[in-house]
Amino acid sequence: MRKLSKIGLCFFSWTILALLTACGEKGLGEDDILAYVQNTSRITWGVKADTPLFGVLDIETRQIQGFEIDLAKAITEEILGEEGVAEFVEVSSKTRVPLLKNGNIDAILATMTITEPRREIVDFSDVYFEAGQSLLVHKDSGITSIEDLDENSVVMTAKGSSSVANIRAIIPNITVLELENFSESFIALKAGQGDAVTTDNSVLYGLASQDSDYIVLDETFTNEPYGIAVNKGQENFVEAINEALETLQANGVYDELYDKWIGSIMSNNR
Amino acid sequence: MEHFIDAYTWINIRFLLAGLLVTLQVSVLAIIFSFIIGGILGIIRYVKIPVLSSVIGFLIDVIRNLPLILIIFFTYFGLPNIGIRFNIFWSAVAAMTVFQSAMLAEVIRGGIVAVPKGQMEAARSTGLTYIQAMRLIILPQALKKMIPAIVAQFISLVKDTSLATVIVLPDLTYSARIIYSQDSNAVLPMFFMMTLLYFLICFCLSRLSISLDHRLS
Amino acid sequence: MFQILNDYSSQLFEGFQITLLSSLIALVFSLILGVLLAIFQISGKKSLAIIANIYVEFFRNIPLLVVAMFFYVVVPLYGLPLSGFVSGTLGLILYTAAFIADTVRTGILAVPNGQMEAARSTGLTFIEAMRHVVLPQAFKIVIPPLGNQFISLIKNSSILALVAGFDLMYQGDIIASETFNVFDTYLLIGLIYLVLTLPMSYLMRYLEKRWATN
Repeated sequence: MRKLSKIGLCFFSWTILALLTACGEKGLGEDDILAYVQNTSRITWGVKADTPLFGVLDIETRQIQGFEIDLAKAITEEILGEEGVAEFVEVSSKTRVPLLKNGNIDAILATMTITEPRREIVDFSDVYFEAGQSLLVHKDSGITSIEDLDENSVVMTAKGSSSVANIRAIIPNITVLELENFSESFIALKAGQGDAVTTDNSVLYGLASQDSDYIVLDETFTNEPYGIAVNKGQENFVEAINEALETLQANGVYDELYDKWIGSIMSNNR
Repeated sequence: MEHFIDAYTWINIRFLLAGLLVTLQVSVLAIIFSFIIGGILGIIRYVKIPVLSSVIGFLIDVIRNLPLILIIFFTYFGLPNIGIRFNIFWSAVAAMTVFQSAMLAEVIRGGIVAVPKGQMEAARSTGLTYIQAMRLIILPQALKKMIPAIVAQFISLVKDTSLATVIVLPDLTYSARIIYSQDSNAVLPMFFMMTLLYFLICFCLSRLSISLDHRLS
Repeated sequence: MFQILNDYSSQLFEGFQITLLSSLIALVFSLILGVLLAIFQISGKKSLAIIANIYVEFFRNIPLLVVAMFFYVVVPLYGLPLSGFVSGTLGLILYTAAFIADTVRTGILAVPNGQMEAARSTGLTFIEAMRHVVLPQAFKIVIPPLGNQFISLIKNSSILALVAGFDLMYQGDIIASETFNVFDTYLLIGLIYLVLTLPMSYLMRYLEKRWATN
């Protein structure tokens, strides 16, 4: 019986310890985030983990890797100095805003397009990337332009993406399947659930890089400027981020990261 | 066919097992908490404390009749609006605990009700208080009868952790999905392995319940 | 919250219909399959019993999500694409049938053995005896748990949300993403689910009490 109670005690104390780390460690985003991150020397970024090029989970190292990850690290270093730590929480288009509003993350750096409706809910930094919405199709599908789709077509995208409204604006009664995230959309496309995946070409290029049977159409039919999203009322945090972005542009770090991850895959430039 | 085996690289297997570990961790914690809470609630319901039992009864009914996905999602994304914030792991544990406690409360209450009335009278007549009678005579008997039902709930709990994928819990289902989303040749192998692992755990649990049942009766 | 109800009433209604439709279809087919399996299990023919037992053990021990995803992802990859609604509903049918098989089997077994013998002795075949004597009695025992299975189906149909099945939960996700209001949206969705499940659950409890002392 003694051994059992010893194990029980260990388990119990482990549970208590873990519970203490569980509860939210900070206020609900109404506090001054900039002051907070400076105090804790840590910025928690919401990033994608299923979008090659921008943020994808590497199975071996179990770290998320990509352009946005490196950019986040660089910005963190600019704002907090060398001891600053960038932490990453996986988000999807659907979950990123709720997580920001709840204070689970300090900022969103996750292929998020700046749009007017979103501007009412969050504040954006300066544009850090220009994408455009396009289509991802099977190379033998015969689809070469958005004109090849019509009301009877089926496209896949992710819940919460600006792509949904955009494609509906062009083809009003098109069927849109909204999956949990873009890798699910791609899986659905491969399974023949629809004609194309639609979202920012940047994301699509990343998906296409995993499977040579699928191509991204050259044409884009919208402009999707990416911004870093921060909760309302955090003007000095946004300023700090913008300053960091400017510095990284000026000293060539931004270009370095861009070339490393995106380089020749995409023809446009920022 | 070779593609099938190819997917089982050590890297992938290790990633899957890491996911399995999370599944087990969430399940075990939720099982323990929900058993305790469910037990307390079940007893409160049985004992029929004037206002409390009815209120709890109603809450239990509401929770039992909601989809688990909703509860999980709401726990992680909705609760912070009223000040309660858990990280992903503990949101999953909390949501599963809440749901299973409600389920178990009914099971346990049913088990206590099933104990023949004569037992309580006999116990009281030997001088035991109500509480002592419950502790020493009624509850143990009730528990023995409920073992299959309780284990069935546990099995259901393990399976339901797969739903926590909506809050990106890095469990077994999540891990399998990550692997096959990055490599379409891995879809079938990953599905197979994922199904196999879930089946093994749940099947063993159900065999355990059968043997427990035999040993105790 | 009522603002959302107002703005999105058509989507919510659509989702509500899909949820109900999926649950009903799944109920009917899983009942059929479940009863079939139960009969296999108690038929006394070893081969049938083994098949049924393997089926029941298999589906009872794997997550519903895996089954639904199998039909949405794996089957289309090697065969023809199944829509989210179909994959989800198929998954619900196969999964629930295993549980119904158990419920029906215990129901049939609960009918006193004498009934079957008496029925056979009046010249009825096994099948006729089942149909006219045993099953009707078994059904009364079995209706409350079956009602509970239906409630489970309604809750489980939320799995359609993860395979773009356009059910109530899926609509909830969309609405929450568009309004950026998670709390109110899911509260509303929860209430709508309760409208379906709570009355049914009270009904089952009532029936259970009424038919218990038989």
